[in-house]
Amino acid sequence: MLRFLARRLLGAAVILLLISAITYFLFFFLPSDPALLSCGKNCDPQNVALIRKNLGLDLPIWTQYWNFMSGIFTGRHLPAGNCPAPCFGYSFADQQPVWPTIADRYPTTLTLAVGGAATFLTVGVGLGLISAWQQGKFFDRFASAISLLGNSVQIYFIGPIAILVLSTNLHLLNRGHDVDWANAPLSSVTGMILPSLVMSVIFWSNYSRQTRSLMVEQMSEEHIRAARAKGLSERYVFMRYALRGAMASIVTIFGVDLSAVLGGAIITEVTFGLHGLGSLSVQAVLRSDLPLEMAVMLIGATIIVCSNIVIDTLYAFIDPRMRLA
Amino acid sequence: MTSPTQAATEPSDPVPAGDPSATVAGTPVAELVGRSPGQLAWVRFKRDRVGIACALTVIGFILVALAAPLISKLYGKDPYQLYGQDRGLLNSYGIPLKPNGGIDSDFWFGIEPNLGRDVFTLLIYGIRTSLFIALAVTLVSVAVGVLIGLVQGYMHGKVDYFVGRFSDLMLSFPQQLFFIAFTPVIIALFVSPRDEEPTYLRVVALILVQFLLGWMSVGRLVRAQILSLREREFIEAARLSGASNWRIIRKELLPNIWSTILVQFTLLLPVNVTAEAGLSYLGVGVLPPTPDWGLLFQSGANYFESDITFMFFPGIAMVIFVVAFNLLGDSVRDAIDPKTVR
Repeated sequence: MLRFLARRLLGAAVILLLISAITYFLFFFLPSDPALLSCGKNCDPQNVALIRKNLGLDLPIWTQYWNFMSGIFTGRHLPAGNCPAPCFGYSFADQQPVWPTIADRYPTTLTLAVGGAATFLTVGVGLGLISAWQQGKFFDRFASAISLLGNSVQIYFIGPIAILVLSTNLHLLNRGHDVDWANAPLSSVTGMILPSLVMSVIFWSNYSRQTRSLMVEQMSEEHIRAARAKGLSERYVFMRYALRGAMASIVTIFGVDLSAVLGGAIITEVTFGLHGLGSLSVQAVLRSDLPLEMAVMLIGATIIVCSNIVIDTLYAFIDPRMRLA
Repeated sequence: MTSPTQAATEPSDPVPAGDPSATVAGTPVAELVGRSPGQLAWVRFKRDRVGIACALTVIGFILVALAAPLISKLYGKDPYQLYGQDRGLLNSYGIPLKPNGGIDSDFWFGIEPNLGRDVFTLLIYGIRTSLFIALAVTLVSVAVGVLIGLVQGYMHGKVDYFVGRFSDLMLSFPQQLFFIAFTPVIIALFVSPRDEEPTYLRVVALILVQFLLGWMSVGRLVRAQILSLREREFIEAARLSGASNWRIIRKELLPNIWSTILVQFTLLLPVNVTAEAGLSYLGVGVLPPTPDWGLLFQSGANYFESDITFMFFPGIAMVIFVVAFNLLGDSVRDAIDPKTVR
């Protein structure tokens, strides 16, 4: 198990290194003048000169990259100002290092992603399980209709409708606000219910469909027949034997979907006017703030890669064969 | 995967209901006519009513997109005129004076809050823009995906390994963030940030970023299929008869993966339409005043609490479009490969 984890961690580090290198290269080497892209909408030549110096654009690209990467761990002293330990660069639009902004924003995105994922896993897998149990009956068709519809709506369309109906008219749920876990944990939860619910809708169909077909497939396996022959109740066989077999594949599908989950969280944030990494990255593009964009990209990739390790570990718990692989 | 010869004489294949040769009174089926897998699939597809309805809907959308200039000419309006402001149809908050978003005989789908443009023409031109971009993205990513998958599956060994790791790497990029962040960078490659960027350049950049992260899934699927196909006897036979690699790929392998390509295409297109609309919605895709499906939601989002009508038509249109495409994808898959159970 330890070797398994060590290998995954090493792999993740390599992937992150490559992603950061490619992104850095594309951002700060390929464009003819990265300084101009980093300096906000209204900038004068003096500023551009300062930024060029600050980014170290006169240095060779590998030195630049090394400075950037080592700065994350050791901090940097930039001409524009001091940038303490997790230094992901210096934003010229904000006139400050980018890390405080990101530290301020990422809890909202993370909460939304986790809340949304928990919701769609519950609803999607639940729908799939009931459909498989009630195969061919009314609920089966009902569930597949629901999931088809869920697959076809967009967050930016149902988001406003949900706010209008559930919040403005029926006063059932809070219309969504940023989280503040340290000071107001309860309102952090209530503020995330509606956004998580709306975000989860687009994922329902995939999980209910996959769960249903996986369960149907599992129920025709040999070990299920053996369990039935032993005299175990149908429900026990279904929930303990078949579900466990199907779980491994569901977890794999979830791992592939992680980047889509983050994407859904970004659109949901903008729809609900939340202040997370997604709205931050859009704002960074609109204000031409390349250093901030670079940092958000790297943080996003780190979140996905780390979640993947968690999922791999989970997978190893579900499927013992994976621990040896 | 059935090879052409197998499929043509497949005995279990049901005789289509409408086939006259089968229903000639009293006489058994006279002769077995060989049919290509394509013909068989078409026969199966024609019997699928839902599939036909969805295909017609999809064709309808495509026609509307193609004929947008013609339709708007007949309708007598264009998507750039600020009718609401010019004719005084908006109140001081920018909301249409008439109920239901200003729908009347002149403006069928109402007018846009604030600017007062005509929603009907905005929508048909918006569909045109989004559909065009998504079509380009899908075509390029499927073509490149197939090519890479073919090479990977056929070449085996080192090529397979390195291309596979590369596609893994591309898969671990956070997609949405990548699209958002790289569009301006790609535009900056062609035009200085100081200058005004032409609209077509933004469209090209959008196609490019979405393609860069769009080819991997097709590539993987094709690779997996090729890996199993290349061990089959007919490939061995072709190789023994001295066929070149290129000929084997073109004449033996490609015809056997057409169905996969077609199904992937129908599945990817709606995903790409909504992805493009999503980017425009976020404000980093197509920029106003160019009409775009996603931009309609963006301007609607500011006014939905006073008037949801404006968002209603683009939203419903998009739901119908995606439902039709998804069901069409299922029907196409059923028609091509009837063994798959849904």
